[in-house]
Amino acid sequence: MAIIEQPVTTGGIALAAPVTPTKAQGGFRRPVSTTGWKSWLFTVDHKKLGIMYGVMAMFFFLLGGIEAVMIRMQLAAPNGKVLSASVYNQMFTMHATTMVFLFVMPMAAAFANYFVPLQIGARDVAFPRMNAFGFWCILGGGIFINLSWFLGGAADGGWFMYAPNSGPIFSPSHGIDFWTLGLQIAGIASLTGAINLIVTVLNMRAPGMSLMKMPVFTWLTLVVQFLLLFAVPVITVALFLLSFQRNFGATFFDVSAGADPLLWQHLFWIFGHPEVYILILPSFGIISEVLPVFAKKPLFGYPFVVFSGAAIGFVGWGVWAHHMFASGLGPVSVAVFSISTMAIAIPTGVKIVNWTLTLWGGKLRFTAAMHFAIGLIVLFTIGGLSGVTHSVAPSDTQQTDTYYIVAHFHYVLFGGAVFGLFSGFYYWWPKMFGKTLNEKLGKVNFWFMVIGMNMTFGPMHILGLQGQPRRMYQWTEARAGEGFFNLAFWNRIASIGSLVLSFGILLFLINVVKTSRSKERAPLDPWDARTLEWMTSSPPKEHNFDVIPTVHHLDEFFHRKYEQDPVTHEYKQIATAEEILADQEAHADKHIHMPSPSYWPIVLAASLPVIMIGVIYSIPVAILGGIFTVLAMFGWALEPSTAPESDFDPPASGESTKELAPLV
Amino acid sequence: MTVATETHSEHDHSHDDHAEHGMSNAGYIRVAIILAAMTALEVSTYYVDFGAFFLPVLLTLMCLKFFIVVSYFMHLKFDNKLFSFCFYAGLFLAVMVYCIALATFKFFAA
Amino acid sequence: MSDVAVHEADHGTHGHITSTGLSNNKVAMWLFLGSECLLFGGLISTYMLYRGRVSIGPRPGHVFDIPFTSVSSFVLLMSSLTMVLAVSAAQKRDDRGTTLWLTVTALLGATFVGGQVYEFTAMYNEGLGFTTSLFGSSFFTLTGFHGVHVTVGIIMLMSLVGIIKRSDIPGDKAEVVELIGLYWHFVDVIWIIIFTLVYLIPA
Repeated sequence: MAIIEQPVTTGGIALAAPVTPTKAQGGFRRPVSTTGWKSWLFTVDHKKLGIMYGVMAMFFFLLGGIEAVMIRMQLAAPNGKVLSASVYNQMFTMHATTMVFLFVMPMAAAFANYFVPLQIGARDVAFPRMNAFGFWCILGGGIFINLSWFLGGAADGGWFMYAPNSGPIFSPSHGIDFWTLGLQIAGIASLTGAINLIVTVLNMRAPGMSLMKMPVFTWLTLVVQFLLLFAVPVITVALFLLSFQRNFGATFFDVSAGADPLLWQHLFWIFGHPEVYILILPSFGIISEVLPVFAKKPLFGYPFVVFSGAAIGFVGWGVWAHHMFASGLGPVSVAVFSISTMAIAIPTGVKIVNWTLTLWGGKLRFTAAMHFAIGLIVLFTIGGLSGVTHSVAPSDTQQTDTYYIVAHFHYVLFGGAVFGLFSGFYYWWPKMFGKTLNEKLGKVNFWFMVIGMNMTFGPMHILGLQGQPRRMYQWTEARAGEGFFNLAFWNRIASIGSLVLSFGILLFLINVVKTSRSKERAPLDPWDARTLEWMTSSPPKEHNFDVIPTVHHLDEFFHRKYEQDPVTHEYKQIATAEEILADQEAHADKHIHMPSPSYWPIVLAASLPVIMIGVIYSIPVAILGGIFTVLAMFGWALEPSTAPESDFDPPASGESTKELAPLV
Repeated sequence: MTVATETHSEHDHSHDDHAEHGMSNAGYIRVAIILAAMTALEVSTYYVDFGAFFLPVLLTLMCLKFFIVVSYFMHLKFDNKLFSFCFYAGLFLAVMVYCIALATFKFFAA
Repeated sequence: MSDVAVHEADHGTHGHITSTGLSNNKVAMWLFLGSECLLFGGLISTYMLYRGRVSIGPRPGHVFDIPFTSVSSFVLLMSSLTMVLAVSAAQKRDDRGTTLWLTVTALLGATFVGGQVYEFTAMYNEGLGFTTSLFGSSFFTLTGFHGVHVTVGIIMLMSLVGIIKRSDIPGDKAEVVELIGLYWHFVDVIWIIIFTLVYLIPA
């Protein structure tokens, strides 16, 4: 597992010789399985972890989707009886929480984990065990939050959990306790993941890959990780204060005790607005990879896309109070945040222009991935424009807490973030699994999703401007109004749309099942791609690259395949992906030492929910969890992340290739 | 994020960056004495009336002590600029967002 | 955080040089400290907003014992000096000096935490509990978080002394001393801010 020996004689298939770590500090032997469930449970391989992030996120996407459909069914007819008022509150709170924290963020983390090391020509991330720890934390946090459904009811204060709704009087169940503490665990995952990926991008790049030769997806992932690094501690503070209020009798947000409930709003949105960019920028990165490939042109204005991404990341810190225009901040604050919010539209607009001009004059190929990428440009622009209307404070005062807001953020998050992720599925599936998703079904999937999403969220603009409040759990025929803009008609359209949308997503799942059953292997370079992740086998070997590439260009892989004619300036093909891979395999590094699997990440991550359960129900349990945490940290610290060579058994059969000493 | 790390990319700092930066032990002790003296000055504001200078003196001393420890004890002055970027980016954002947030509560108005 | 990273050292420096030439662990530690700025910033802001909000119980000026806290602040400040001497010794591969200064640092830190426990007890006896007023809640939250950071630092320092004494544990120990040193100094500079803003400047 951990040491990969290439056979000395060339020509044969490289057989990784399994060698066994024998000892570990702390008395346990290290895990050694290379197949079966143990190889997944204790893995530190960024590709396996990426897939695990993806599977987990997809599960929560479906869960959040079911919650969404139940909300729409409740609102499909007057005096909806599908859900009670209390369950309805839990439903929309958990829908948002699930989609934001347990679907979009981990799905972006899935792509980042899988593709950032590949795109920068590295063999793994900088801290492989921390990577595994992050995954087990977010999984534990997600399960923990959802446990509350079975233990007296889920959180019901809305995803931004304003006081006083978050207080014990208005929410006496343990739902918000589970929500708060579960998000703390998820926050640890985000923080460790952010540190890990930043260090990876800064320090693990292949020789020659300067920052301005990095693929845009890697760049925007870097920006996102900086946002996470600095935004997560703010929500951590807010969540601690809320926990102390709910569990230990403090009164941080209790007006009757003289507190300022706006403090929560500030802390939440100082985190929450960068969070919005945390959700969207990975998708921007994905389509910045997809568009050039299927337009057969380099990305238009690469430095502009990079710098506007960094600018969004920075200005995103100065706009948070536009979520609070209706809270009585005072005219100066409102004016300042109004202007900064308008300003952040500029770098976003720059990106839209760059993508459009990438398509301009290109040899476009309308694959499923391309459909979703173009879908993102159009739908995100619609959502961006309604966003600009929020920056105008008087108009926002009218829109606050109406369905217009719901329409806006679903256009940017569903039309933007989710479409980008789907574009990534279709684009990278052959790389991850060696099989291409069915293109025809993919396009049907796309059209159902586009039509469904516009049917669902488009009418919400009208509903909102007509005054339907967000989070209203029933509407009545008597108050629905008349004529074209009556609430009844558009609520029905939106509910039907949610079913169309769900069918679109079902088609994707069918596509996945169909593809996994198919015997047909994807070609090595199915899209004629441009970046390094395509320069290895599909799926990549455990060590990613047989030889670490030396980078000379932006879009290195493209420049290895094509050469510019000095006279006509046209590119002509000089090598195929198969030839490049064969060349690499012929010159493969003989001795590759990979990080070793470990028990400690999952043990450490598992001890955190124990602490949290203890905080809610019984302090001694929390102390027990704390002791486990400390022990696991010691186990972790005393175990080398990469088992030393002396740690390996001599091979059982005595073959010469497995002897380690002569190669050192 | 735009710190140009590639300029000193390949070999410059590889292994010997521990030993070179930093100061002698005597230098550290001098810094500590300065810090102690500044702390004494800070505490003296509790006993002596500084009048209008009270707040500016205390805040200046606080900032000076902060940057002395960060620059000399934590070596940021001698170390790679990337470390300064990582830390000061966080510090700058923290000061910015929290001061703005407090300003909306009219904290600085009084 | 950083005792978790003791042996990640292998990965960063073992065999190959990083793109920036900087150690993975050290970049990670500085990123973590940058992140911590926003954590303590939030706690300090909460305190600043709430320090005057007292409906029952003592006000800030009544419970603070400035001479006592000045002494314990001075102790923590001096622990930064001993920490930097430990780092200096570690870089000279002077194991005896390193363990000596690490132990002294941990003892100074423990003195500080002991002082904080005494201070909290005294305040409690004067009628300021965690839930007495917003001032009490935000004060104990802020200083409590800082105290937990110091305590974690002490545990890491003592573990490090143990690790250095056992020669069979691989890894670049001088770097680990430096990393824990960074954490320790950071906790110290946070106290420099807390001491001024919370204790010396009256509400």
